[in-house]
Amino acid sequence: MAAASSTAPSISGETLTAFLLRLADDHLVLGHRLSEWCGHAPMLEEDLAMPNMALDLIGQARSLYQYAGEVEGKGRDEDQIAYVRREREYVNCLMAERQNGDFAHTMLRQFYFAAFMQPLWQAMMTSTDERLAGIAAKAEKEVAYHIRHAGEWVVRLGDGTEESTRRMKAAVEALAPYVDELFESDDVTRAVAGAGIAPDPSTLRPAFDAIVGPVFAEAGLEWVETPYGQTGGRQGRHGEALGFLLAELQYMQRTYPGMTW
Amino acid sequence: MSKNQIPLWEVFIRPRNGLAHKHCGSVHAADEVMALQAARDVYTRRGEGTSIWVVPSSAITASDPENKDENFEPAMSKVYRHPTFYEIPEEVGHM
Repeated sequence: MAAASSTAPSISGETLTAFLLRLADDHLVLGHRLSEWCGHAPMLEEDLAMPNMALDLIGQARSLYQYAGEVEGKGRDEDQIAYVRREREYVNCLMAERQNGDFAHTMLRQFYFAAFMQPLWQAMMTSTDERLAGIAAKAEKEVAYHIRHAGEWVVRLGDGTEESTRRMKAAVEALAPYVDELFESDDVTRAVAGAGIAPDPSTLRPAFDAIVGPVFAEAGLEWVETPYGQTGGRQGRHGEALGFLLAELQYMQRTYPGMTW
Repeated sequence: MSKNQIPLWEVFIRPRNGLAHKHCGSVHAADEVMALQAARDVYTRRGEGTSIWVVPSSAITASDPENKDENFEPAMSKVYRHPTFYEIPEEVGHM
């Protein structure tokens, strides 16, 4: 896209595409995970709330895939990028693809991801890339609600009944190995940061901690240090969970290639 | 958790500035903060509102349907309470 190359001259289309796909895959995969709750939530109110958030995420993914397709310049549209790549070509963070587990696990995962994305979107609102600044301005409002909604649940389950506390603590334990990957930095993130397109994820940890800390304090939860973090999602190395997810996500486009409705 | 532990809240939405909040339904939620979020998620998905009120359903005192006749029947025969006996000049237009 002409606007992108003129406003961000120091980055290649290839690098920008790589960055956009990471962000888009995070949102598509997590959005799909959340949508799996539709019809299965513990109460009707949450049966609407979770798909609401899922639709926000998938909407953000669409904007990013469309842009990635244009920057890439190979004539792939959003559907082709989203639905017919192979597993190793998806570059989402591992946290996004983790199974839903119970409601506490899903809410904590949502809270973590939103706490990671909010400072990222906020910084991208003043991106040198106008297209991304526009996407960020819309997404920033949506993610603020995700933090509020998921955060309130983390507090209520963490500081709730004996069982809800036990489940929320188990979720903190289970998700701990997937937090550090969010803040990884590599050639792509550094190039994008250097061009003023988006901050390097490694600089976002303090903002994440500032969001998570007070909620944990109110919930009576303690941060769990993990001896080693899981990594590899940004290079396309995934857990087995993603294969099953993609089998379902891609089914229609694989069975009826190019179909629309 | 048994259903009885999650209270019911009545939801009122104001569609636009200048209009009154209107009752639109109810939600289950543990407290007022969660009730507001549930109301937002359930009742404003299509841009219906600019403001939400939630009220514990238990705080509402309702008229007894058994008293329907004595409450409302007497008003039925008093047509003169409707301002329908005036000729409205054309210049006034629709009222």
